[in-house]
Amino acid sequence: MKPDDPDINWIEEPKLGLAGRMYLPLLLKGLTTTTRHLFSKKVTVSYPDVEPTIQNPLNYRGVHRLNRDEQGRVKCVACFLCATACPAHCIDIIAAESPWPDREKYPQSFTIDELRCIFCGMCEEACPVDAIELTSLYNLTGRSREEMVFDKEKLLSVYDATKDAEPMKSASLGGTK
Amino acid sequence: MATVYINNQEVTIGDNERLNGIQAAARAGVQIPHYCWHPGLSVVASCRMCLVETGTRNPETGEVSMFPKLVPACQTPAKDGTVFITDSEKVRKARAFVEEALLIDHPIDCPICDKAGECLLQDYHFEHGQPERRADIKPFTSRKRPMGDTVMLFVDRCVMCSRCVRFCREVTGTSELMVVNRGAHEEIDVFPGKPLANKMSGNVVDLCPVGALGDRDFLYEQRVWFLKRHKSVCSSCSTGCSIWAEENQDRIYRLKPRENQHINKWWMCDEGRYGFHYVHDPKRLIGPQHRPAQGGSKGEPQKVEWEQVFNDLPQALAKGGRTAVVLSPFLTVEEAYLLAKYVRSINSEALIAVGHVPVVGTDETFPGGFTIRAEKCPNRRGVEEIAKHFSGPLTSWPDLVSKVAAGAFDTVWVTGSYPHEWVDEAAAQAFAKVPQLIVQDIFPSPLTEQANWLLPAAAFGERPGSYVNHADRLQSFDWVVRPPQGARSEGSVYWRLLGESGLFRPKEVLREVAAEIPYFHLAADPIPELGVDLKLNQLAETAAGPSA
Repeated sequence: MKPDDPDINWIEEPKLGLAGRMYLPLLLKGLTTTTRHLFSKKVTVSYPDVEPTIQNPLNYRGVHRLNRDEQGRVKCVACFLCATACPAHCIDIIAAESPWPDREKYPQSFTIDELRCIFCGMCEEACPVDAIELTSLYNLTGRSREEMVFDKEKLLSVYDATKDAEPMKSASLGGTK
Repeated sequence: MATVYINNQEVTIGDNERLNGIQAAARAGVQIPHYCWHPGLSVVASCRMCLVETGTRNPETGEVSMFPKLVPACQTPAKDGTVFITDSEKVRKARAFVEEALLIDHPIDCPICDKAGECLLQDYHFEHGQPERRADIKPFTSRKRPMGDTVMLFVDRCVMCSRCVRFCREVTGTSELMVVNRGAHEEIDVFPGKPLANKMSGNVVDLCPVGALGDRDFLYEQRVWFLKRHKSVCSSCSTGCSIWAEENQDRIYRLKPRENQHINKWWMCDEGRYGFHYVHDPKRLIGPQHRPAQGGSKGEPQKVEWEQVFNDLPQALAKGGRTAVVLSPFLTVEEAYLLAKYVRSINSEALIAVGHVPVVGTDETFPGGFTIRAEKCPNRRGVEEIAKHFSGPLTSWPDLVSKVAAGAFDTVWVTGSYPHEWVDEAAAQAFAKVPQLIVQDIFPSPLTEQANWLLPAAAFGERPGSYVNHADRLQSFDWVVRPPQGARSEGSVYWRLLGESGLFRPKEVLREVAAEIPYFHLAADPIPELGVDLKLNQLAETAAGPSA
């Protein structure tokens, strides 16, 4: 885009008033804010001695999980929409013909590089069958980079571990089942 | 000259042209949506998507009398004074109704449909469909059954445009596909025990405007929006079809025909379409090798770096003695020229021969006019002309092999890059006694085992340049994917050996070839997308009489 592009709306910097030019009033204003926060209630917790409380697990964006359908199969239909939406390119899917008659396609392999992931939640939004969801698990650790690349089994096990505490966000979805 | 009016826009049509409403509108930049009509097939006017208002304009009074009903544009000839209205309320409503009717029993499984992203049903619905659905439509899983080894039919996704049926009847003449049942129960099918097995079956997948016909080779492999398409030229036979090569992250996923009325029209054969898999074969040669001569025998092969090749090979060639160069018909014109030029610059007596020309069976022409050539290489004509330019009368591969067997050469440089096995033990034995053998190839063969210098080369899609097809049509193309690590395209090797700076620039080389060799004279200008016919030049020369 060039500087003379008609889509650019150029505006002038606002002129400083008397208080701005005198500098001190604004400095005092800033200091007041700092002082107020010194004495107000603390919002931070001293992790890991104190575990934070997740306000709303429904919109907290932690570790991913792959949901299962009623028959215990992976819900994912390998449509690649999460991989398409992912801005960090951390989702890698290999699709194959599904072994089940009522489904056409399923992920033969589904891996998420949790180190590359920026936890934006776009995959969850893109998923047409609500198969991928972000849980409220935040303490994600590993001993190697390889360990942090979660495969399908691991992502399904996250579902098994969290399904009671956090039910599927849209269990009633019809569609491809 | 005929004048046609498209939404008050005037379009002139030549006297010899026979266009329908869709084509005439395209001239005016107006796209009329259509499913069943295809320029390469007969008109059935069954999808009703191209319905427009039409009328005639009285040439004397200028008065327009409109036809009371909507008519399919594909079936309406564009005559002098014909008026087409494509954007009226009536037309828009008709399109929305067609879209609505098509979606009533469509599975709407776009997320798992391989066509999603390049599907006309999606595109037209977005552009012409109704914003809301009035029927209670629920997504379901489409029934599917294979039509043959190459094509899978997803029964419920079909919109019954019958393009595939007409293709099999009109272009291949094999008539495998048909429509069974009637009305809402219509389905595409084959006769029991007679699968879709013609040599151009893959085209029905390209023709299918929706996701009903899937390419089994490509099915579930990639979503189409990840693919990047490059203009390329098929190297499976000497027809040299114009194609799109579609890749993602240095892996070719599929080839599709690119319309070129001079060569392949809208089609390509299955052999070419599915013939690219060798490019990603794990058996490919990687990393150059050198066998330093030990006494009288060839030593053990040692892995070397390309830098060492560029340093040592020129000296080895300078001491090479009687030298022969074999130009593979898989080399581009530019590469063949550079190799010949390079070796001649070191040894001005070097013989330039043409490599093995693989021929399988006989030419096969289909009723639609498409021909699969028996000559399974893309550039025999090109390298022949290069060889003729440097060495006069042609030396063919069998001639060269017998000369080599007779011990006529001290140094032989053989280029290969054939997709299949091309040299047998007997031919390779002839090269066993050559003191210095340089082989550029992509797969291990009896010949590569003899090589003193083994230089891994490029396969289809990995080289830029130009091919000349059987009918002397030259087409230029760029690389699609990079060669595997450790292999280098022939052109870049010669470029480096010639001491040129920067990256291999085939366009400059082609300009030089055009200036040097009369046969390539017409290739001087920027090469048009559809190629240039080098024969035109020869005809002009013949007409002008032999020059002194």
